[in-house]
Amino acid sequence: MEFRYLPMTESDKKEMLTVIGASSTDELFSDIPESIRLREDLKLKKPANEYQLKKELTEMARKNVNVKEYTSFLGAGVYDHHIPSIVDHVISRSEFYTAYTPYQPEISQGELQAIFEFQTMISELTGMPVANSSMYDGGTALAEAVNLSAAQTRRKKILVSKTVHPESRAVVETYAKGQNLDIVEIEAEDGITSLSEIEKHLDENTASVVIQYPNFFGQIEPLAKINNLIKEQKKTMFIVSSNPLALGYLTPPGEFGADIVVGDTQVFGIPAQFGGPHCGYFATTSKLMRKIPGRLVGQTTDENGIRGYVLTLQAREQHIRREKATSNICSNQALNALASSVAMSSIGKQGLKIMAALNMKKARYAKHKLEEANIEVVFKTPFFNEIVIKLSKPVSNVNQKLLDKGIIGGYDLGQVYPKLENHMLVAVTEIRTKDEIDKFVKELGDING
Amino acid sequence: MANQDFPLIFERSKEGRTGYSLPDLDVPEIELENELEDVYIRKTAPDLPEVSELDIMRHYTGLSNRNYGVDSGFYPLGSCTMKYNPKINEDAARLEGFSHIHPYQAPETVQGAMEMMYDLQTALKEITGMYEISLQSAAGAHGEWTALMMIRAFHEANGDFDRTKVIVPDSAHGTNPASAVVAGFEAVTVKSNENGLVDLKDLKRVVGNDTAALMLTNPNTLGLFETEIKEMAHIVHKAGGKLYYDGANLNAIMGYARPGDMGFDAVHLNLHKTFTGPHGGGGPGSGPVGVAKELEPFLPKPVLTKKEDQYIFDNNRPHSIGRVKPYYGNFGINLRAYTYIRTMGAEGLKKVSEYAVLNANYMMRRLEKAYDLPYSQHCKHEFVLSGRKQKKLGVRTLDIAKRLLDFNYHPPTIYFPLNVEEAMMVEPTETESKETLDDFINTMLTIAKEAEDQPEIVQEAPHNTIVKRMDETTAARKPILRYYRSN
Repeated sequence: MEFRYLPMTESDKKEMLTVIGASSTDELFSDIPESIRLREDLKLKKPANEYQLKKELTEMARKNVNVKEYTSFLGAGVYDHHIPSIVDHVISRSEFYTAYTPYQPEISQGELQAIFEFQTMISELTGMPVANSSMYDGGTALAEAVNLSAAQTRRKKILVSKTVHPESRAVVETYAKGQNLDIVEIEAEDGITSLSEIEKHLDENTASVVIQYPNFFGQIEPLAKINNLIKEQKKTMFIVSSNPLALGYLTPPGEFGADIVVGDTQVFGIPAQFGGPHCGYFATTSKLMRKIPGRLVGQTTDENGIRGYVLTLQAREQHIRREKATSNICSNQALNALASSVAMSSIGKQGLKIMAALNMKKARYAKHKLEEANIEVVFKTPFFNEIVIKLSKPVSNVNQKLLDKGIIGGYDLGQVYPKLENHMLVAVTEIRTKDEIDKFVKELGDING
Repeated sequence: MANQDFPLIFERSKEGRTGYSLPDLDVPEIELENELEDVYIRKTAPDLPEVSELDIMRHYTGLSNRNYGVDSGFYPLGSCTMKYNPKINEDAARLEGFSHIHPYQAPETVQGAMEMMYDLQTALKEITGMYEISLQSAAGAHGEWTALMMIRAFHEANGDFDRTKVIVPDSAHGTNPASAVVAGFEAVTVKSNENGLVDLKDLKRVVGNDTAALMLTNPNTLGLFETEIKEMAHIVHKAGGKLYYDGANLNAIMGYARPGDMGFDAVHLNLHKTFTGPHGGGGPGSGPVGVAKELEPFLPKPVLTKKEDQYIFDNNRPHSIGRVKPYYGNFGINLRAYTYIRTMGAEGLKKVSEYAVLNANYMMRRLEKAYDLPYSQHCKHEFVLSGRKQKKLGVRTLDIAKRLLDFNYHPPTIYFPLNVEEAMMVEPTETESKETLDDFINTMLTIAKEAEDQPEIVQEAPHNTIVKRMDETTAARKPILRYYRSN
C-alpha cells in the first residue's frame, strides 16, 4: 500500500541503509529487547483513501445536530456568535498553523507580532496592564490563577463563588488538590454571590476570592462591592473570570481592583467544536508580571535597531525553571488566539460595544416575551445575554420537544444546582433574530403548558 | 519588505473605519443605561483597531509572510515532531457537524462526535497497549499532570501518603519536573550513564518507599531506546512506584513496541506531534492519557463509554481525580488525529516509525564526522549532536542555528537535552524526502566548514532574515508586553 505522506522510495531506502551500514531497517530497531517487541500488526481499521475517508467523516458529522442548522439557545460558557469569514482565511495560512512555538524570532516575527497584538487586545478589554499569549481555556486559566494566588500570598484558602461556571470550579478543585489548597464555595443569593457569605469566610488566611463576571447565570456581579470587601484583607487577591465580549459594554474588572482576570476568547472567532479547542486568556497587574504562567511576547529591537518581538521573561517557564516552576504549561492555544485577534480586529473599537449591546438587547427582548408567556424569569438583577427561567417540567424533556421543532434549548441547571431543578439557562446572542426568539417562546410556552 | 518595521494592527487603525458586519437589531430598541448602575457601564471603549476587511487581510498576510511553518520548509526541530500536517485533517475539523456542535447538547444529538472519540480511544489503546484512554487533557504537559494526579490518587487510595517523590532523568523534558511539582510531588533526578541511558545504579539509589513514580521518555530525549526498560520497570514496581511514559517520542516506535508492553502504568500522547494535529504556532495541542487497569478508576471525568448502541459520558466515577478541563478535551485536535490514524492504518503507522528512524540514522551518520556525536549507537527518530568542536573555534551552537536561517531552514532544537554540551537535537520526521535531507546535510557540512575557514560568517548570522538577532536582554529587563497608542 502507498502512503502519500511518506516520500521514501525503495531505492532511497537502499542507499540510505548503505550509508548507515545496516542491512535492513529492522536492524535499526534491534535495540528494542525481544521480550517487548510487538510481534503482530496493530489491530486498527484498514487505512482509508482520501475520498472514502471524507465520505465517512461527512457521514459521521451528519449524525450530529449542529447549531448552524438548528436554532440554539444554549450557552453556559460556550456561545454561538457570528464568526467573520476572514477569520478562517487567516488561520488557514499554513505559515501560521504549521509553525511551532516562535523560539527563533528571526523567522517567527509574524506569530510573535500577532501574539503581541493579542496581548494588547486582552489588556485593553480587561483593563489589566499585562496579558499573556493564551492558556488552554477559561477553566484551566482560572485554576492557574488560583495556584498563582496561593503561591504569591503563601496562603492555602480560596473562596470560590458558586456562581462561577461549575466545570471551571471542578477544574479549580482538581488543580487545588495538587497544591493542597482549601477551596471554600461561597453560596449565591438571588443569582449573585452572597456578600455576607464572603464576609463570613474571608480572613487572614484567604489567598484569593474568585468571582465570575457576568456570572454563570448571566447576572452581573457587583464587583465594586466585592472588591471593597476583599480589600479589608490586605494580601487577599481578587480573581475575576470574565466573558470578554461582555467587557465591550461593562466596566472591566481591572477598574474594580482585580489582581488577575481570566476567561475564554471563544466568543471571538472560535467555533464551539464540542467544547475545544477554545482559548483561555490570563491578565494581571504589573506586580504579577514575573509570576504569570505561560508564554509572554515582548517588544525589542534587533542589532540594526529594527523593532521586533521575542518570547520574553522565559525564566518563569518550565523549560528553564523545571522543578522550580509554579506552572507546567508549555503548549498554549496560539492559533486560536490568532483567530480571536482577527475577530477582534474585525469587530473593532466601535463594533465591540454594538455587538455587546446587541446581545443585551436581544436577551432583554427574550426576557420580555418569556414573561409575557407566563414563564418565570427567576433572577431580577442586571444580566448580560443569559437568563434563568423556571419551567414546570424537567429541562431534558422540554429540550427533547424543542429539538423536534428545530430548536436547541438551554442548559439544564438542575444537573449541578439541586435547588434549580426544572430551571433552564437561556442564552440569546446577537445572531438570534426576533422571529427565532418569538418561535422559541411560543414553542416553550406550548410545551411548558 | 526586508529590514523595515512592520506596522502593528493598531497603527493601521483610523477613526471611523469599520471591518465588521453585525446582525440587525430587529427587536425594539431599549435604553440599557436605565437598567444598569452607572458604575458598571464602561466609559472608555477598549482600544481595538478600526480597520477595513482588506486592511486586516493585508496585515495578517504580511505577518504570515514573516513566519515559517512546515509548509514553508524543513523543520528538524528535535522533540517536536514537525511532520507534514495533512490537509484532509483541516477539512474534517471544519465539517459543520463537528465544528458547530455544543458540548452541552443532549448526547443523543452528538452521537457522531462521540463515536469519533470512542474510535480514537480504541485506536490509541491499541497503539499504546494501555487499558483505557482519556481524551480530556489539552496538551502534553497537561496530560503529564493529569496522569501524575491519578498516580497520586492511586497511592492515597491505598493509604500510601508517603510517596512524595517523582523521579525524572536528567535528560527529561522540562515539563516533567514542573508537572510533578504542580501535582504536589517533589522532583528528584536520576542520572544518565555513559551510553546516554538511565543509570540503573543511580535509579536503585534514588528509588524507595517515597517513590510515587518514575517519568520516562522512551526513546529518550537523546533519541536512544532505553534498552533496560524491563529492569527499570521491575525496580520501580518493586519499590511500589508507578512508571510513567512521556509520549513525546512515540513517533519512533509505532507498531514496533508499546509502552503498555514495556511495563508502563500511565502514558500521555502528544497528538499534535505524533498524530499530525498541527502545532499552530504553539498550540492548541491535545495530550490524551492512557492507563493500566489499576489506574482506570482514577481517570478524569467524564469517561466516554458505550452502552448497547449509545455512547455516553459517565460522570458517576467515585474514585476519579475530578475534572482536568471543561467539556471533553480538545475535540478539534482529536478529530485531526483520528483522521490521520484512519488514513494510515496499522501498516502506515509502522512505516511512519520505520522511516522516521531511517531518516534520523541516515542524517546522523552523514553528520557525525563534521560534528561531535556523543552517543554513537543507532538512534531512533532523533539524534543529538554536540557543537563542542565548533565551540573551540569560537562558533557556538546558537550561531550554527542562526546560520541555518540564512539557508531557509528551521534549526534543530538547541541546548537541549541539558546533559549534552552545545546540544543540537535533530528530528527529521518521516515525511521528508531524501533530497530534502541531503540538502540540509550539505548545508550543515558547509556551515561546519565555514566555522573553520571564516567563523565570522557563522558568528554574525543570520544575514538574510527580515530582522537580525534580537536584543533579548533588554526585552527581559524592561519588558514591553503591549502596545500603547502615542498621542
